[in-house]
Amino acid sequence: MKTVALTCIECPVGCRIEVDLEENKVLAVRGNSCLRGKMYAENEVVCPKRVVTSTVKTTDGRMLPVKTDKPVPKTEIFAVMQKINSATATTPVKIGDVIIKAVCEDANVVATGNAE
Amino acid sequence: MMERDLVIIGGGPAGLAAAVSAYDNGAKDVVIIERDERLGGILNQCIHNGFGLTRFKESLSGPEYAARFIELVRQREITVMLKTTVLDLSADKTVTAINEENGVFTLKAKAIILAMGCRERSRGALNIAGTRPAGIYSAGTAQKYVNIKGYMPGKRVVILGSGDIGLIMARRMTLEGAKVLAVCEIMPYSSGLKRNIVQCLDDFGIPLYLNHTITKIEGEKRVTGVVVSKVDENKKPIAGTEMHFDCDTVLFSVGLIPENELTKNAGIKLSPRTRGACVYQNRETQIEGVFACGNVLQVHDLVDFVSEEAELAGASAAAYLNGKRRTDNAVIVENGKNVGYALPQMIDRSVNENVKLFFRVTGTFKDCTIIARSDDKILAKRKKKIAVPGEMETMLLTAEAVAEAGEKIEVYLETCGEN
Ligand SMILES: Cc1cc2nc3c(=O)[nH]c(=O)nc-3n(C[C@H](O)[C@H](O)[C@H](O)COP(=O)(O)OP(=O)(O)OC[C@H]3O[C@@H](n4cnc5c(N)ncnc54)[C@H](O)[C@@H]3O)c2cc1C
Ligand code: SF4
Repeated sequence: MKTVALTCIECPVGCRIEVDLEENKVLAVRGNSCLRGKMYAENEVVCPKRVVTSTVKTTDGRMLPVKTDKPVPKTEIFAVMQKINSATATTPVKIGDVIIKAVCEDANVVATGNAE
Repeated sequence: MMERDLVIIGGGPAGLAAAVSAYDNGAKDVVIIERDERLGGILNQCIHNGFGLTRFKESLSGPEYAARFIELVRQREITVMLKTTVLDLSADKTVTAINEENGVFTLKAKAIILAMGCRERSRGALNIAGTRPAGIYSAGTAQKYVNIKGYMPGKRVVILGSGDIGLIMARRMTLEGAKVLAVCEIMPYSSGLKRNIVQCLDDFGIPLYLNHTITKIEGEKRVTGVVVSKVDENKKPIAGTEMHFDCDTVLFSVGLIPENELTKNAGIKLSPRTRGACVYQNRETQIEGVFACGNVLQVHDLVDFVSEEAELAGASAAAYLNGKRRTDNAVIVENGKNVGYALPQMIDRSVNENVKLFFRVTGTFKDCTIIARSDDKILAKRKKKIAVPGEMETMLLTAEAVAEAGEKIEVYLETCGEN
């Protein structure tokens, strides 16, 4: 068995969490203050994932803020960024509009800002 | 001269939430004056997520968080003046502003809410040897370039200061293809949130050098490198610890200062500790009918608290317009041992309600107790496993506790073993 120490990034509290692991199987999670933290820790030791936030150029030359609507594996972040940087969003765009479908597994890139 | 009931200076999250709350509490003639071409303030350039967890129980990006409040403003009959800058504010609540359409004009307000936000400390405030080549930016300026203008300020970057904006920009520039070589922090701790150290630095293997500072910036026309040195307990660079980095860009993330030129013009007393106005529990300044909220009052780390404070200021302004006046019978709130400041600085005794105190501690403390005391009476007390300067602390004073207080309330922190 090994124990991994983590800092939870789900909220600003930043709890220090310890996870007991046996060959990629989580045995115990300690130190979290809520369920979100437990889920974060369980995922983090197996396949860490992050939401990617960035910008996409619009057809009228402005920058549109975007994010992945689900966390993507950390190892895929730069591949996702490459797709984001070669995309263009056609205006008008509203918050929540899908800009790139299935950028990574079932995660889409969606607008987080409005552009008329 | 045009007369309005309530003029709100600044259309960032503070101004927006204040406007909505004032309107909903009965103020029906509300104007927001914003110098930018859109509402939302600094949130427009904060495209990362993590906003609104307290408020909306969701992780939103800055523009998404702002959009929710902009929508609330739109649903009400609130006047919004964009591309309009307030130049002056006088003690009799006359607002002088300028825009393209009207040139310079004045507004006479019955009540005012100050919501101008903060700006970044500049490099001028620091002493670093070397010439002043191009390639040196504040982290917030770099954030604006990358996220709003879509332009990368450089390729090889060293960041001075580990505040949240610096950490966020370390990740942002890395994602856009730059190499962030180091983040240097002169203090023994980071002033940024732990989650940002993990997801902005650790995720990308960016080293954080605590107790280090930039001692020299090299380059004639453009930055070509920096020298980073370790510092001793007195923040003096230690000879022989120099490290050299080849870089074309230096970002500064060395703190925020409330933007209070207008407040000073009006003759409102500022606190030397917060650099914002001294306020009562309802966020009223020493000038009756002038309120302040958000980063212009105290630098917040979380926008959720900005909205909460702004709603309080908005409701107070509405009550003022409705004829409610404070009394001169106030308890003074002061910061004591290990606490950097406490806000509100004054509590009106005639108000019989709970008061939430906001404050920051001056160092990293483990297993400590935060205490609010008046004379020999302990009014409130809370144990903390850990307290750090990077995180704003709060403590509730009940109405009964305030009623028991003498002339002053002192907020201080005891470490384990002392009392
Ligand atoms: C560069 C930067 C990055 C930040 N990043 C984060 C972050 O990632 N997460 C977080 O929680 N907080 C962040 N903050 C803190 C953030 O400022 C607050 O959370 C929040 O935006 C403060 O709201 P506010 O309305 O008080 O100020 P602001 O958002 O700054 O809004 C103030 C508004 O007032 C306007 N204004 C100022 N003076 C005048 C005038 N004279 N006339 C007319 N209009 C005027 C400005 O144009 C601006 O729109 C950041 C701050 C800065 C400076
Ligand atoms: S465990 Fe819960 S409270 Fe602690 S940091 Fe994670 S989300 Fe926040």
